[in-house]
Amino acid sequence: MIHAVMVISTQAKPRLLKFYSFQPPEKHQELVRSVFQLLSARPDGVSNFVEVDSIFGPGTKMVYKHLATLYFVFVFDSSENELAMLDLIQVFVETLDRCFKNVCELDIVFNFNKLHTILDEMILGGQVIETSSEQIMKSVEEIARLEKQSSTTSLIPKSISERFSR
Amino acid sequence: MDTVEKIVEDFASDIAMSSFSSGTRLRDMIRAIRACKTAAEERAVVRRECAAIRTAISENEPALRHRNMAKLMFIHMLGYPTHFAHMECLKLIAAAGYPEKRVGYLGLMLLLDERQEVLMLVTNSLKQDLNHPNQFIVGLALCALGNICSAEMARDLSPEVERLMRSREVNTKKKAALCSIRIVRKVPDLAENFMALAASLLKEKHHGVLISAIQLCTELCKASKDALEYLRKNCIEGLVRILRDVSNSSYAPEYDVSGIADPFLHIRVLKLMRILGQGDADCSEYMNDILAQVATKTDSNKNAGNAILYECVQTIMGIEATSGLRVLAINILGRFLSNRDNNIRYVALNMLMRAIAVDALAVQRHRTTILECVKDADASIRKRALELVFLLVNDTNVKPLTKELIDYLSIADPDFKGDLTSKICSIVEKFSQEKLWYLDQMFKVLSLAGNHVKDDVCHALIVVLSNASELQGYSVRSLYKALQAYGKQGSLVRVAVWCIGEYGEMLVNNVGMLDGEEKITVTESDAVDAVEIALNRHSADATTGAMCLVALLKLSSRFPSTSERVKQIVARNKENAVLELQQRSIEFSSIIQRHQSIRSSLLERMPVLDEASYLVKRATATQATISANKHAPTVAPGGLKLPNGVAKPTSAPLADLLDLSSDDAPASTTTSTTTPNDFLQDLLGIGGVSTSTAGVPSTASTDILMDLLSIGSSPLQNGTPGQESKPVHAVPEAIDLLGSLSSTTSVSAETKPTRLVSQGMDLLDGLSSSTSVSGLEKTVHPSITAFQSTTLKITFDLKRQPGNPRETTIHATFTNLTSSTYTDFIFQAAVPKFIQLKLDPASGNTVPANGNGSVTQGLSVTNNQQGQVYEDLHPLVPPFYLASIVYLFYWLEFNLLPYDVVYNC
Repeated sequence: MIHAVMVISTQAKPRLLKFYSFQPPEKHQELVRSVFQLLSARPDGVSNFVEVDSIFGPGTKMVYKHLATLYFVFVFDSSENELAMLDLIQVFVETLDRCFKNVCELDIVFNFNKLHTILDEMILGGQVIETSSEQIMKSVEEIARLEKQSSTTSLIPKSISERFSR
Repeated sequence: MDTVEKIVEDFASDIAMSSFSSGTRLRDMIRAIRACKTAAEERAVVRRECAAIRTAISENEPALRHRNMAKLMFIHMLGYPTHFAHMECLKLIAAAGYPEKRVGYLGLMLLLDERQEVLMLVTNSLKQDLNHPNQFIVGLALCALGNICSAEMARDLSPEVERLMRSREVNTKKKAALCSIRIVRKVPDLAENFMALAASLLKEKHHGVLISAIQLCTELCKASKDALEYLRKNCIEGLVRILRDVSNSSYAPEYDVSGIADPFLHIRVLKLMRILGQGDADCSEYMNDILAQVATKTDSNKNAGNAILYECVQTIMGIEATSGLRVLAINILGRFLSNRDNNIRYVALNMLMRAIAVDALAVQRHRTTILECVKDADASIRKRALELVFLLVNDTNVKPLTKELIDYLSIADPDFKGDLTSKICSIVEKFSQEKLWYLDQMFKVLSLAGNHVKDDVCHALIVVLSNASELQGYSVRSLYKALQAYGKQGSLVRVAVWCIGEYGEMLVNNVGMLDGEEKITVTESDAVDAVEIALNRHSADATTGAMCLVALLKLSSRFPSTSERVKQIVARNKENAVLELQQRSIEFSSIIQRHQSIRSSLLERMPVLDEASYLVKRATATQATISANKHAPTVAPGGLKLPNGVAKPTSAPLADLLDLSSDDAPASTTTSTTTPNDFLQDLLGIGGVSTSTAGVPSTASTDILMDLLSIGSSPLQNGTPGQESKPVHAVPEAIDLLGSLSSTTSVSAETKPTRLVSQGMDLLDGLSSSTSVSGLEKTVHPSITAFQSTTLKITFDLKRQPGNPRETTIHATFTNLTSSTYTDFIFQAAVPKFIQLKLDPASGNTVPANGNGSVTQGLSVTNNQQGQVYEDLHPLVPPFYLASIVYLFYWLEFNLLPYDVVYNC
C-alpha cells in the first residue's frame, strides 16, 4: 500500500501532500520537515530508497526522485515493489508533463488542484488504479470538459455579475 | 525570463480554461503568499484570507464556496488549521453541479480525517452520488469512499459498491474494485461478498481493471481464509493466462514503460501468485512454467525489467518452487548484486535477507560481495548489507568476517560507526569461542570506536575480564598500550583505567605473559601517569572521572611509592566543578590521610563478578523493564496509608525498616540483587543501594529481620543471589547472627503484623499456611500462627465482638525462639485507612530467650468497609497461594489480617 505522496520543493515547501493512511493534520508539516531533512542529506548517485520507519512507522520505505527544483516522494510499505514505485513516479511525472507541456514548479504551485485530480486517477486509497499516462490524461481531460460545461452554464454569469457588483 | 513567460502563459490558459482554477482569486492568493518574504508576512496573509473565508461561510454565500474551499486546501497544505470549513465540504458535496462536487470531495479527502464525526453526515450524499447517472460523479464518490471510508460507512455502502463493480464503465469498475479494498480492510467480514465479483473481473481485457481486480484479490486473500481457498480454485488459471498474455504481447504503447509491456500488471500478478502458491504444491506446480519464462525472458537492462525480475524472484522464493527454478532465482540475485545501479543492489540485498531463510548456503556464496556493500558510499545500502552480514555470521566464518568489519571500522563514516560498532560487538559476544579472541576483538573495537561502544558492552567485557584470571595481565598491558595510542575513546579509557586500577601490579611486573607477547616496561609512576592523563582529559565526564579517581586510589595502595603523588592529584580535584568528582576526591583524600589502617583492606581487588548472573540480568533487563512498566500503575494508586494519616508510597515501611540498618547493611545487600528483584524494585520505586534487598517479597521479611538484627553487629557478608532467592536458606544465617549478638541487643520490632503474616505465610509456605487456610472455612477463628521463623513466633487469638460484627479483637502472643533475650521489644502495626486499630499496652518489653515465656498484647480492629473492598478484590482468593508479585503487593497493601478474617468480620 502507498501511504503518502508528497511533492516537496528544494526550498522545503510542500507542493502536494496526499496521505492514504491516516496522519493527523497537525503532524503534516513535521512529516514534511523530517522527509525533507532526509532527502537533502542524500548525495547524488545513491539509491533512491530510504527506510523511514522512524517517520512513518515500522516497515515503511520511501522512494524519491529529484527533478529540477522538486522532490517527488512516494511512501509505501512492504507490499509494494520498490523498483515499480520508482517507475510509478515516472508515470506521474510523465502525466504532469503531458498535462502542462514541460511541467515546472510554478505549474504545480498554481494548479495543485489539478494535480490532485491526476493523482486521484492514478492512485485510490493507496492502491494503484491506472498506470498508463495516456489513460489518466483521457480521464482528466474529460473531467476538465465536464467542469467547463457546467461552469459555462452556472459560473460565468455569476462571475460577471460579481464583477459588476464591485 | 522563462518564469515570466510561464506566468503569462498560465494566466492565458487560466482565462481560457477557468475550470480548474476556481476563479482568479485563488491565483491571487497563491501569488500573495509566494511574494511573502518572511514567515510572519505569510501568516498575516493567511490570517487575512482565513478571516475573509470565515465571513463568507457565515454569510452562507454559495457562489464563493467552491473557490474558498480551493483556497483552504492550499492553506491546509501549508499547515494552517482549516477545521472551520468542514461543514462547507458537506454543503459542496450536496450541491448539484460537478465543479462544486469535485472541490467538495477533494476537500473532504484532504481536510477531514477519520476522527471527525462530521464524516458520518456524508454517508447519505455518498449514497446518492454512487447511484448518480453521471459516471464522473460516481467516480468522485468512489474515490472519496476509497480514501476515507470508516467501518460504518463500509457497511452501509458496500451494496452500492458491489453493484458498481458490475457496471459497464471501465472507470467505474476499476474504482469500485479498489474501493472494495478499503471496505474489506475496514470490515473483513464483507470479504465473502466480493470473492466471486473479483474473480470475474480477472476476465477483463482492460489493464486498469485487471490491476485493480488483482489488488482486490490480494487483499481478499489477506482478509479471509475462505477467499484464499476460493481464489486458489478459481483464479489461478486466469492469472497464468494474464501473465502469459502480458509477457508475450508485442508492443503495446499505452502501458509500455521503457520497452517493457506493463511492468505494473506483471508485478501485481506475480504478487498474487506468491500468496496463492505459498504452501500449496498444486498451485505452485501450475505456475512453474510461466515463472521460468518470466525469469528468463525479461530484459534486465531497464529498471522496469528489473522490477519484474525482482518480484519474480520473490515469488519463486515464496512458493513451493522446483529446485531448478530456485537456482534460476539465486542466479538472478547474483546478477543484481554485481549491478552498478545502486537501486538494483539495494533491492538485491533486500531480497537476500528474505532468501536467507529459504537457502542460506546460496546466500553465503555471495558473502564477499555483500561485505563489499557494507563499505558502500550509499547509506541505505550499507545499512542493509550490515544487517545481512549479521545474519550470515556463523561459527566458521566469524573470524574473517569480524576482521573485515573491524578493519573497515577505522575508515567508516562517523554516522555509520554507531551501527557498525554495535553489530560487531554483538557478533563478537555471540560467537566468541575463546576468551583471548573475544578480548582482542573488543580491545580493537574500543580503540577504533570507543566513543560508540555502549555501556552494557563495556560492563560485559569487565565481567569477562574479572573471570579470566590468566588473561588479566595480558589485558591490562594491551589496554595500557591502547590507552597511549587512542586516549580519546571514552569507553576504552574507562575499561583501561578500571583494569589499571585493579590489576596495576600485573602491568608493572609483566605477570602472566602469553606466548609471543611483547615485553613492555612500565614503571609504577607510568601507570599513575596514564590514569592522571585520562583524568585530566575526561574530567568533564563524571563517570570516567570517577573511575579514574578510584583507579588512582587503588594504585596508591598497590604502589606505596606513588601514594604521595596520588594524594596530590586527588587533592587537586577537591575543587572540581563536577559534584560527584568533588565528593569522591574529598572522601578519598581522607581515606589516604586518616585511614591508613583500613586502606589496604578497603582497596583490595574486586571479587570476581558473577558471570552467569550478569548474563541472565542483561538478557532479561529489557523484559523486566517492560513488565515493570506494565504493572507499576496497578500498585501506585493504592498508596498505603499509615495510621498517622501520612500517606506514604507502598514501599515506605519496607524502606524505613531497611533504613535502620542502612549504615552497615549495604555491604550485605549490594550483591544480592538478581534480576527479578530489579523488577520488584522498580515496582516499589525503591532506589538506592541500601534498600536493594527489598528484592523478592518472600525474602523481604527475612531480610528485614536480618537487618534489624544486624544493628550493632559487623556488616553482614551473606547474600549471594542463591541464598537471597531462597529465604529458607537465609533464615539460619539470621540465627547465627542473632547468636552473635549480646544479650542486651535491643530489637525494635517496628514491623507490621500484617506484613509478617502474609510474608510469613508465603515464606514458610507449608508451615503456617495450613493453620490459616483452615481459618478460611470457619467463622470462629482459633489461634493462628501469624508469623513464625526460627527467631520469632507471633500467634493471634481472634475473637469477634458479639455486639459489633465489624470489630475483631486480637490477642497477640510473641515468643522468642532464640537463645538471647529481646529487650525493648515494641510491636507496631499499620492498617489500611478503612480499618481502625486500637493497640492495648503490651504486657512487657522484654521477651525471654528460648521460648521461656512470652509477651502478649491486645489489639482490636474495626473494619469500616465490611465486605465491600474485599468483594472487589475477589480474584485474589486465596491469598496464601499468590504467586504473582504484583498480587502479593496488592495483598500486602490491603490486608491487615488473613483474608477471611477481615472479609467475614
